[in-house]
Amino acid sequence: MKEITILSGKGGAGKTSVTAALAALSKNTVFCDNDVDAADLHLILQPEIKEKHPFSSGSKSTIDQEICTNCGLCESSCRFHAIHPNSEGYPEVNHFQCEGCRLCERICPAEAISTHENFNNHWFVSTTRFGQMVHAKMGPGEENSGKLVSRIREKTREIAGEIQADYILNDGPPGIGCSAISSITGTDAVLLVIEPSISGLHDAKRLVELVKGFGIDMYAVINKYDINLTASSAVETFLEKQDIEVLGRIPFDTRMVESMVNEKSVIEFDRASSVSRELENTWTRLKTCL
Amino acid sequence: MKIAIASGKGGTGKTTVAVNLYYFLSKNLNGNVQLIDCDVEEPNDLLFFPGSVKTDGLEIYNFVPEIDTEKCTFCRKCTDWCEFNAITLVKNLGFAEVSHDLCHSCGACSTACEFDAITEHPQSLGTISEYEVGFGKRVTEGRLRIGSSMQTALIKEVKKATAGNADITIFDAPPGTSCPVVETVSDADYVILVTEPTPFGLYDLKLTVDLIEELNISFGVVVNKAGLGDRKVYDFLESKQIELIGDIPFSKEYASQYSKGELIRNIQDEQAKAYLPVVNKVLNIIQKQ
Repeated sequence: MKEITILSGKGGAGKTSVTAALAALSKNTVFCDNDVDAADLHLILQPEIKEKHPFSSGSKSTIDQEICTNCGLCESSCRFHAIHPNSEGYPEVNHFQCEGCRLCERICPAEAISTHENFNNHWFVSTTRFGQMVHAKMGPGEENSGKLVSRIREKTREIAGEIQADYILNDGPPGIGCSAISSITGTDAVLLVIEPSISGLHDAKRLVELVKGFGIDMYAVINKYDINLTASSAVETFLEKQDIEVLGRIPFDTRMVESMVNEKSVIEFDRASSVSRELENTWTRLKTCL
Repeated sequence: MKIAIASGKGGTGKTTVAVNLYYFLSKNLNGNVQLIDCDVEEPNDLLFFPGSVKTDGLEIYNFVPEIDTEKCTFCRKCTDWCEFNAITLVKNLGFAEVSHDLCHSCGACSTACEFDAITEHPQSLGTISEYEVGFGKRVTEGRLRIGSSMQTALIKEVKKATAGNADITIFDAPPGTSCPVVETVSDADYVILVTEPTPFGLYDLKLTVDLIEELNISFGVVVNKAGLGDRKVYDFLESKQIELIGDIPFSKEYASQYSKGELIRNIQDEQAKAYLPVVNKVLNIIQKQ
């Protein structure tokens, strides 16, 4: 079984559209949407939810104003500057800023602070027309520490083991921070989706450096290849220097957007299109590389 | 006055809108405008200001604890206090280590330790750099050190370092709806949500609207790449009575200009016209303040 994570650094490069296309082409595969912050893969895969599990969105501290003596120790000790005086001059915890470290609770001489765990995040096991899928939905503004990503990947591997799947496809998050790191750790290969623009290349370079640090194999597809051929050749030069093979060059085609509007992968929407053919070649080459 | 540009979905055009707004507002407000790139994982704003000159830069650190095994009695109070399971102690082996990946630098362990065995050492989160770009006050960029997972802490420092530098501050937020976005937009006077008229754009816009409403900040929406996709995003805005402050048409030529980093160099009439309502909306809010 091989696990592949699709990443781009830059958002909107086409990770989810590429993942959906590969999902339509793959067989005996389990899918996992690692972009728990703004998950979109379900819009194409239309999962039927079989299991729903709450997941901790972290702990938040609260100060009991009746007990608080307003000594100021919590406010000055909070490293996250999450405690501010309210309109009555008493300290109050801003729950969006609180990281739940409980330092304030432990040091409060009046024992006025308590901490509660919240479960505003959920993850799901679902079936789709292409196979099983594990995905999640975060509460708005919750911390995306990567723990939720690690949890759903663990579940995906469990399912893949049970059904003896050949592949896992992880639709990754944008960026290179904690959730991207969690989607890279322990995967067999990273498929980079790169848009030929100065920002697409800039962001891909940072991502490549991050993935290299993990020693994981990388392959690339250049999406909207023909939108700027100069930028595309700059991307190719960079990838060649990094010894990263380009498996596909996908032309710009509004059918990619139209298929999304129709809740279909581009493969299902128009299999004969050059976009679909290039994606088919990408998947065939990727399987050989693994 | 602070304006934040945000979007649940990546690649909808946050940076494009932020850079254009900085340009047009600079022209309108005698240059008393600054732009702050808070997408510290993948900062792109500076790519669109060719010829910009770096005027200041600093490295930002957080403090990560280290345990002195000579002084440590392996009482485990630090591990009890650590909410993030970042500390590993093995008494028999005299092993005491803090995982930098899990540590939140909250200071609980060093407060807990009664034997003075824990000291904190600086670790780089990334950099903050200021640039002169030829118009406006300046553009400031936060840039996360590759491998660091402390993006929210860096955004906090970027905002602290730039507070009060200009009458108008534009924050370009990272994509998504989680804590780095909250950190960027939380104290904004107005948020511009950028979306695209596609199912992904609409779904992620809804998530972002939920967040901004929960934060109780006034906001408006810019639909970028208008003409692609479908009309459902407009139906949503109408049904929720959300103000559409701009409709930027998709053009392949413009996308190609963007891809070369030439957003500002040769502003087309069409582009200036599309941004006019957005700029007027912001000027209106400024006047009311």
